[in-house]
Amino acid sequence: MADTSLSPAEARQSAERIKTSWFSALLYRSEALRGYLLMSPTILILTIGIIIPFFILVAMSLWTRDGFGFDTTLTMANYARTWDEPIFGALLQRSFWISGVATVATILVCYPMAYYVAFHVHKNKMMWIILMTLPFWTSYLLRVFAWKVILGYEGVINSGFMSLGLIEAPLEFLLYSQTAVIITLAHAWAAFAILPMYVSLEKIDKSLLEAATDLGDGPVARFLRITLPLSMPGIIAASFLIFIPTTGDYITPALLGGPDGAMIGNFIQLQFGPVNNWPMGATLSIVLMLWISAIALVFLFVTKKAQDKIA
Amino acid sequence: MSARGDTGTYIKRPNRPLQIYAVIFLIVLYVPVLFIPMFSFNDSIYVRFPLQGFTLQWYAELWSRDAVWAALFNSVKVGAVVAAISTILGVVAARAITRYRIPGKSALVTFIMMPLVIPGIIFGVALLVLLSRMGVPLSLYTVTLGHLIVCLPFAVATLLPRFEGFDPSMEEASADLGENGWWTFWRVTFPMVFPGVVASLLLTFTISFDEFIMAFFLTGTDATLPMYIWGQLRFPQEFPSVLALSSLILFISFILVFIAQRVGRMGLEDA
Repeated sequence: MADTSLSPAEARQSAERIKTSWFSALLYRSEALRGYLLMSPTILILTIGIIIPFFILVAMSLWTRDGFGFDTTLTMANYARTWDEPIFGALLQRSFWISGVATVATILVCYPMAYYVAFHVHKNKMMWIILMTLPFWTSYLLRVFAWKVILGYEGVINSGFMSLGLIEAPLEFLLYSQTAVIITLAHAWAAFAILPMYVSLEKIDKSLLEAATDLGDGPVARFLRITLPLSMPGIIAASFLIFIPTTGDYITPALLGGPDGAMIGNFIQLQFGPVNNWPMGATLSIVLMLWISAIALVFLFVTKKAQDKIA
Repeated sequence: MSARGDTGTYIKRPNRPLQIYAVIFLIVLYVPVLFIPMFSFNDSIYVRFPLQGFTLQWYAELWSRDAVWAALFNSVKVGAVVAAISTILGVVAARAITRYRIPGKSALVTFIMMPLVIPGIIFGVALLVLLSRMGVPLSLYTVTLGHLIVCLPFAVATLLPRFEGFDPSMEEASADLGENGWWTFWRVTFPMVFPGVVASLLLTFTISFDEFIMAFFLTGTDATLPMYIWGQLRFPQEFPSVLALSSLILFISFILVFIAQRVGRMGLEDA
């Protein structure tokens, strides 16, 4: 025992003798410093890519457009506009509604699948997980495009039903509607949402289920009292992973939403594109982030309360 | 009650409805995407039923288009650089996270993973604003920076389990046997995390190759492949060739990701 604990120390000593400069000696002694040094390139890139842009975005949201340039006097005018003009509130509300429905739908559809793989698949589990998550890694744009092919006016569903003689004229509500956006979002994120739910289901101690059975719980009671509460962290994580990115999505609404399905992301993109009002776009991005944070906090608070009640 | 007899049998009982559900789930997950290759072989300018017959003309048309080749090379260049940088940084960061006691470690990890849970559009516009204020013209370099931010969390997430399952006594043994830190890394650490490195390279390449949201805001005059497709979507007569191009991209992405997932999990679960 004593031997094994000595040898790394010896190695360290001999290594220390080799390293002469004070900096490397300091580096060698301080674990934290070495850790930070190794992390620094990553942190640096993310700082350049996230923190600095974020501050400039905040600054720009306080500017106003002035012809083709910016008026850099700080003002809350843009924020006042997002508050006063009903279009912004309506767009935000619609974005959260669409994402919310898509999130709930995805969770409801994916949960049984995650449950199946966690509890009923015993051979080739890895293959199942790869199969379920594979589509997520492929082009988001193309998966959305696929739904345009399916739901389009002359798309798979309409032309298919028509050549089968099931319908006379194309169903117009399929494309360019909120329903189309919700279906597409749910489909696009299903492969991602399944992972956290699978992980939390997989972690459940099976002996708890046996104990519940021994104590007289039926399958439904067992599920409601053990499996569901214990998989709650996975459901919460999945909700965040779907809800947050989808509220800012603009590809799906742009390709499939039409006027009724436009979301806040499209509006932000417009400000940076054709409308060319960057400060307004920056303001809308900040407002979107604030709302997302607020909703996330409320959601966490409510689920925490609910869990405390169950426990 | 059965020959299998142990207490866990009820959970091992196959559940027919769930099995059927799982099969339907997979079909619904994959079929929408499969319509793209199906119609890419259809001998008609219209994407609709009934199918008109088999053709390869849309693929042939792609072959002779310079813009497609240019976009392809742009995407490959960006993807390769992004994959290399994010994987190297991922290895270094994952090692720091797993091996050293760093104050504020969990905050740092959260920070690295942040791009996963913030809408991509916000990163896109924030970077666009920064770059334009600094007077940096939009180019493939700016797209690369954007993709790095998207890919870094995935690289770290892919590599972390590799380093977590790593027994530090191996490195100590190597040090005992007289290797210095550099050679210990190359001869002991690296081979053990190698599958994770391959997985991370393939995965980050695919993510960058397919990425659209950042590219949309940060592309200059040189379009990446997804940007090229986006531009073509406005023209209905281009639909079939877009379908052909999309089929090729999907095919390549599926293969790369499949290999990445297989290699990345090698030795982690069946050990």
